[in-house]
Amino acid sequence: MSIALTRPTASRLGLRWLWVTPLVLVTALIAGTAIGETPIPVDTILKVLANQLLGADYAVDRIDAGIIWNYRLSRAVVAACCGTSLALAGVVLQALLRNPLADPYLMGISAGASTGAVAVAVAGLGAGALSLSLGAFVGALLAFGIVVMLAHAANSGVGGGRGVQAAGAIILAGIAGSQLFNALTAFIITKSASAEQARGIMFWLMGNLSGVRWADVSLAVPAALFGLLVCLWHRRSLDAFTFGADSAASMGIAVRPVRGMLIIAMALVTAVMVSIVGAIGFVGLVIPHAMRFIVGSRHTRLVPATALAGAVFLIGSDILSRVLVSGQVLPIGVITSLIGAPAFALILVRDKRS
Amino acid sequence: MRLSAEKLAWSVHGTPLLTDVNLTVEPGQTFGLVGPNGSGKTSLLRLLAGLNKPKAGRVLIDHQPMHTLKQRTIAQSIALVEQQADTTDRITVRQVVSLGRTPFLSALRPWSKEDDAIVAQALRDVDMAHMTDRLWHTLSGGERQRVHIARALAQQPKILLLDEPTNHLDIRHQLSILELVRQLPITVMISLHDLNHAMECDRIGVMDNGRLIDSGPPHEVLTTNRLQQTFGVYAHVIDDPVDGKQVMRFRSAM
Repeated sequence: MSIALTRPTASRLGLRWLWVTPLVLVTALIAGTAIGETPIPVDTILKVLANQLLGADYAVDRIDAGIIWNYRLSRAVVAACCGTSLALAGVVLQALLRNPLADPYLMGISAGASTGAVAVAVAGLGAGALSLSLGAFVGALLAFGIVVMLAHAANSGVGGGRGVQAAGAIILAGIAGSQLFNALTAFIITKSASAEQARGIMFWLMGNLSGVRWADVSLAVPAALFGLLVCLWHRRSLDAFTFGADSAASMGIAVRPVRGMLIIAMALVTAVMVSIVGAIGFVGLVIPHAMRFIVGSRHTRLVPATALAGAVFLIGSDILSRVLVSGQVLPIGVITSLIGAPAFALILVRDKRS
Repeated sequence: MRLSAEKLAWSVHGTPLLTDVNLTVEPGQTFGLVGPNGSGKTSLLRLLAGLNKPKAGRVLIDHQPMHTLKQRTIAQSIALVEQQADTTDRITVRQVVSLGRTPFLSALRPWSKEDDAIVAQALRDVDMAHMTDRLWHTLSGGERQRVHIARALAQQPKILLLDEPTNHLDIRHQLSILELVRQLPITVMISLHDLNHAMECDRIGVMDNGRLIDSGPPHEVLTTNRLQQTFGVYAHVIDDPVDGKQVMRFRSAM
């Protein structure tokens, strides 16, 4: 009987929860705009929004309006996009590689994207935001390709054609790949960048939202939406990988094209985010696991839940990075890693036990 | 549906695992696949399920070459129960069996009441209906195997391939699964280690060293000679006084 009672409740919960999504997101964005070195009252924010978006004509302090519109709001929106994208990339990698520790940061994708972006920025291969993203994308794919090849080579002695990826191999390959690309980044910086350039890049590499403007928003929002739509469209394919690639194939998933497309899409989205804010760690690892714990591992729910939680988490981390040390902005990567590293350890320990 | 293989070959890193396999399973037949460890049973089932592309030869589903069909189309006709498939996801029995509906669902054809009914029936077929909401990691090996079979049944396949499905099962569930599989009105190919179980199939094929060395009705194929040559055991046949069927006893060949 308890079965009959719990089922409809669960589905009602799912529905109610969907209603809440935009509310939570808007609240987080307003909080991200309101909280900071100079706190700004919510009604001022709403007035500025009404002025900008609806063409209203409220009287607002010009400096406040400037801070809200040109600085904090764009920053909060990019933080949300970035959190959504990195968390979704984590969901996809964990589902496809059947590895709870997969995430764009650990798999070398972020490191590769950093190298690509730095190469473009320093060596001056073209200019503008788009070419920076393109460089990051090439770097991301290159790094991921090397990591997968390395893991494959390490596994081929054991394989037996069953497509079982030994959990350890791909993580070790990811670490090796990350180190390699981080070294390449450092090499490019010391070789070609001026001292001032180098300082700026190092700060950016740790994850930095300070330079974000509306131009970045127009790149980040479409990228995040694209990532979300791809994941939602392929939610059943992601579910089908529950028992591995062979099982997915026997249930009608064209494994190679679907897996390739999903990974390239996530590498692209990650690369766009890295080119805007630098490499931010642990979002892709911690958020999907937390959400699996709350909404379960079916992607119909997991994908939207992760997208929302990633956005809120990164807006929150950004707020912390601005208020934790007064008069100074910490790199956001420091905050996410301070939260993420212990969570990572927790996952490792729990994984060992089960 | 008729399932046939023509001159199938398969190899990994230059090691041939299957050589020149020809066979046909007629619609509705239950075909048992026997052979020593490493004789190529699993490789053959993987090729027949479309998980690997043969290095040579082809697989035909009702005279249609498999390589011309989409993976999704294949999965709408053929289901496979693998030997071992595990997950670390926190997922319920119902959710696992629901995965079997994947090849039929799309943006235009969302989950429906009918799918719910198919899943419920599949769970009843394997005697797991009382565990619908149990979590996967709390199940025993045998229960997991039965859930996998239910998942395959939820695909409503016309051809069902099972790779040693009775491993891990207690004797009662071994018999009930075999009984269920035999009664299904669809084409079934099942690899088995228990030769007495294999005797209940309509036809059997014997694999040895990557070749299908013999196939036909069980009594013609599983002769004492064959058992000694391929499996390296002596067998003698005993009549069961209860139902008059024949039972094989084995002794190791000195």
